[in-house]
Amino acid sequence: MKIIKILTMVFIFFLSNTTISFSLIEVDITRGNINPLPIAVSPLSQDIKSKKISQDSLNLEDLGLEISKVIENNLKTSGLFNPLSKDAFLQKPDIAHLKPRFEDWSLIKAQALITGKVLIENEKLKVEFRLWDVLAAREMLALAFTTVPSNWRRVGHIITDKVYERLTGEKGYFDTRIIYVAEEGPKTQRVKKLAIMDQDGFNNKYLTLGNELVLTPRFNPTNQMVTYLSYFKNLPRVYLLDIETGIQEVVGDFPGMTFAPRFSPDGKKIIMSFAKDGNSDIYTMDLENRIVEQITKHPSIDTSPSYSPDGKYITFNSDRSGFQQIYLMKSDGSDVKRISFGNGIYGTPVWSPRGDLIAFTKLHKGKFYIGVMRIDGKGERLLTENFYQEAPSWSPNGRVIIFYRETKTDKKGEGFTAKLWSIDLTGYNERLVETETDASDPSWSSLLSN
Amino acid sequence: MILNKILKNTFIVIIFGLVVSACATKKTSTSTSAKIDSQLQGDVYIGSDTVGELAKGVPDRVFFATNESILTTKSRDTLRKQAAWLRENADVNVVVEGHADERGTREYNLALGERRANAAKDYLMTYGISADRISVISYGKERPVDPGSNPLSWSKNRRSVTVKAN
Repeated sequence: MKIIKILTMVFIFFLSNTTISFSLIEVDITRGNINPLPIAVSPLSQDIKSKKISQDSLNLEDLGLEISKVIENNLKTSGLFNPLSKDAFLQKPDIAHLKPRFEDWSLIKAQALITGKVLIENEKLKVEFRLWDVLAAREMLALAFTTVPSNWRRVGHIITDKVYERLTGEKGYFDTRIIYVAEEGPKTQRVKKLAIMDQDGFNNKYLTLGNELVLTPRFNPTNQMVTYLSYFKNLPRVYLLDIETGIQEVVGDFPGMTFAPRFSPDGKKIIMSFAKDGNSDIYTMDLENRIVEQITKHPSIDTSPSYSPDGKYITFNSDRSGFQQIYLMKSDGSDVKRISFGNGIYGTPVWSPRGDLIAFTKLHKGKFYIGVMRIDGKGERLLTENFYQEAPSWSPNGRVIIFYRETKTDKKGEGFTAKLWSIDLTGYNERLVETETDASDPSWSSLLSN
Repeated sequence: MILNKILKNTFIVIIFGLVVSACATKKTSTSTSAKIDSQLQGDVYIGSDTVGELAKGVPDRVFFATNESILTTKSRDTLRKQAAWLRENADVNVVVEGHADERGTREYNLALGERRANAAKDYLMTYGISADRISVISYGKERPVDPGSNPLSWSKNRRSVTVKAN
């Protein structure tokens, strides 16, 4: 439970949410944003004594400045904000935090301003921040919280989430992590390891050594456990990994390959495919009582199951029509119906956390697409096209999709690189997500602090 | 006027260059496609590159069409040879490894590889090899034998390979 403790920060809301109404600033996230909101992120101020401590214990010259950079980077990657250069700031951080001189900030065209203060005392990091509406000359949000100093990057993420929520009206996705498969080596002998990192690519950690092939890791709802496919002892099986203890266990006792695992939304079951005698069907296993249930029973391939957020339905991939298509059924396996009818073949359906959309991979005329459709199969929208890409995973607020893409690095098409990419649901703001090694099969966690 | 002359000459050179390179492209593409044609039947690989031996004179692998797990006449011939050899060498157990090419989603391809390996296993069984001597494993698209991204490479990767387990 150590990680839980570290992950769950102590929030002390001693300043109040002031002036909810009459705000002039509003950010619309439902369309591609051509005019990102100009925002100034003042370095968080820090007194000399506390600065000395953070220099010694965290090896950071200026902790307040570093946290503000985390926030700026998050805001910039969202595509909705345009963080202004600090060189143009006229007001000192400590004074700005007390009462900004709004004329100074509007002079540099800032419409919103973030100020803050950090303090390290008794091995605790105390942070407070304020969000200001520059044009209306008023405070929009003020919060403070306490955590352990080593969590300082998360402080930046949490502040971004609060600012994002206040300005867009929707939950953020910055205090989150990505689990993925780190890849190295030639295509014919690829070495794959499980890896986990913060959403912005920092704090990368490898969870397996690469001795056996691992694929398709997915978080449980509390982000403590991961289910994935491992070829341990050359037996491809679904495993469960406790991130905190590092303990791994095989899921169930199936006489054959199990694969394509995901958690149910309540985290109590794992849903997966079990392949036997050339036929793959969908099964669930209850993690508490170990009861196994067969959900589909069909001579075709049924795989890639994903629950609706309320747990009542399952979307999955089947070739019962002759080719890979996307299907929907009740969670007991009844009322199966096909929902993908466009040109091409469809795979990897993933239900959006908001419940209204299904993300998928589509292969048509030699190109791979990441797209979304409504749960009735209508309103198909392709977000991105490439030579090879798949495995969409939703940000917890359902606004961004992360996936992976292989890019050829020579004309013969033999060299290649696999990387994680993200794109907004709007189809705009496509971005490379930096990783130390090549990467595939990303899975986005839910918000760590909630 | 000198500039004009230079431009003219450059223009001629460019045209010449285009003609030459057009010829070059055409030449290579015909020879490449002829080479591919001789190694593919439909889109099933029929060449001998990458094919190893389970035993002397017994090929170790069979190839499949895109998205298919149906055994071709040639594949059945290969598997009958494997079965004959296995009948004579009753102490040998085998693993049939099923593979897919990269043109499909990862999870579906794992299922497809398993389906292909089982197609080969079933055929070996109909020629008298008992099920407990044959195990199957699917690698999906994780272990291509040819790293290329072109129809010929993909055809070599859509395969099931019979390997000795002991």
